[in-house]
Amino acid sequence: MMKTPEDVRAQGHEEALRELLLQLADDDFIVAYRGSEWLGLAPHIEEDVAFSSISQDTMGHATMYYQLLEDLGLGLANDLAHARKSDERRNAILLEEVNGPGHYLEEPRYDWAFAVVRHYFYTQAKKIRIDSLQASSYEPLSHVAIKVNTELYYHLMHWKTWFKQLVMIPGESKERMLSAVSRAMEDVDGILSLGPHEKKMAEAGFIEGEELLKKRWLHEIGAMLDECGIQVPLEPLMKRGNGRALEHTEDLTDAIDTLSAVYRQDPAAIW
Amino acid sequence: MTTMTAFERLSDEEKHNHFMQRIEAGEKIEAEDWMPEEYRMTLIKLISMHGISEIMGALPEKEWVPKAPTLRRKLGIMAKVQDEMGHGQLLLRVAEDLMKPYGKNREDIMQDLFSGRLKFHNVFHMPAPTWGDAGLIGWLVDGAAIITQTNMLKASYGPYARALQRICAEEVFHAQHGEAIIMALAEGTDEQKALIQDSLNRWWDSLLMFFGPAAADTTGSSKQDTTIKYKIRTKTNEQLRQDFFTKYIPRVLSLGLELPDPTMRYDEEQGLWIYKQPDWNEFKEIVRNNGPKSKERLRLRQLSYENNAWVREALSPSNEAI
Repeated sequence: MMKTPEDVRAQGHEEALRELLLQLADDDFIVAYRGSEWLGLAPHIEEDVAFSSISQDTMGHATMYYQLLEDLGLGLANDLAHARKSDERRNAILLEEVNGPGHYLEEPRYDWAFAVVRHYFYTQAKKIRIDSLQASSYEPLSHVAIKVNTELYYHLMHWKTWFKQLVMIPGESKERMLSAVSRAMEDVDGILSLGPHEKKMAEAGFIEGEELLKKRWLHEIGAMLDECGIQVPLEPLMKRGNGRALEHTEDLTDAIDTLSAVYRQDPAAIW
Repeated sequence: MTTMTAFERLSDEEKHNHFMQRIEAGEKIEAEDWMPEEYRMTLIKLISMHGISEIMGALPEKEWVPKAPTLRRKLGIMAKVQDEMGHGQLLLRVAEDLMKPYGKNREDIMQDLFSGRLKFHNVFHMPAPTWGDAGLIGWLVDGAAIITQTNMLKASYGPYARALQRICAEEVFHAQHGEAIIMALAEGTDEQKALIQDSLNRWWDSLLMFFGPAAADTTGSSKQDTTIKYKIRTKTNEQLRQDFFTKYIPRVLSLGLELPDPTMRYDEEQGLWIYKQPDWNEFKEIVRNNGPKSKERLRLRQLSYENNAWVREALSPSNEAI
């Protein structure tokens, strides 16, 4: 068990831990942003309340991971969240993708089916990761994982409910959902990837290996699709590249510009 | 066969007298109780406007949710807008119960919003172009809301009074959130300080208008007499505006800000703040959805309504069996 950053350094695992924490932080940071763009635009007011609560929790999770990075001496949490450019980010490409045509303030024509599928796929993957992280060899991370898990239970239940409901209603609803599933499948492997340092992460005992986690995800999603009577190929791909290896799209650059708009006015100021 | 209760046998006038006695005695009226048409209609109008304003009120801040400059501020503003949506939901539920006898529901509220029959609060028609505005909205707009809502905490209509208890408790956090943003700017760089004065100048008239006209003859209509008669509220619009000045003018001045109205002063003799009236004709135009951002914000809600039509269709009762 590694209790402090010094323990991690002494055992030579700093790079693997940094990479893992950046993935966890950047994933939650960007997906919380995509969620917050939906504010006021969800299918009904009850969902607006629930979804904005989930996004808020998720931003809270990102904050905890950035704080762990700060504790490792890698910079201030705020700077890590706001100052890094898109080519320094480790988030999965599927999470940076825009919600749909338009801008969050002007003519947003967002796709609820894609939102449900993306959040369900992501939250399921996050749940599996967090379950594994509860036993992480880095004690501060295992503590964070235990905290995150209490909220994550509700997030997963929320997205499963939406997924099941919409995918089982024949006609437009089912068609839209199936098309969102195929679309998400093309990049969802980026969420399941632990990137180029995967082996070292597992060796240090920070998290279990990628193959094992992926198998669990396929099992969970497969069971859900079976339950809903849906037959689609369960073949996660990374068509647009691996965000863990710093590959990204323009969507991320635009998102970071928005997320850091005020911060950049004066990064040294106290806000 | 149903038997008529003693109450049902009363004439409308007797029912009305009984109702007024209950109100005078400080009893709470509940959703299923008999109430005069005027009372019901006044409540529907008041509460659906309040509810929809909470929902439309999330939109001026929406821009600043992702742009908030630190992780802590991001979390703060996310929590705030989530609360506002929650208040909207809570209030619309209260309004929906009152609308039931007319066979109306949420759908009618949304359609009335789109058609302009249901108005939303004047402040939420205004632009919020800087981070200073995000702070000022929390500090002074929510501060003003606390003053008007506290005035109704003892409302004769029980479900509304109870909803307001919860809402006011959360609004206090919002005002603190806004004040914290403003304090950080006030202690910051010259550019940061300038943001606050700029926002205050921009929001001044809207803040005065927030409490509504002093009397019906200013804008041609005001519900304040009816709401006072039925003990839904206690103070007049002008009394609330004066309370707002008394609470906030000293705070504004202590931050080194200039009052946007140079003629403003406190008259010791009258015990009143003397100030320049905002343009009440402009107020009328704003709440008729002719404000600077009215169309744009309505458009956001309307677009989401259209884009999600398939979801509502999928969730409609006709699909429930599946």
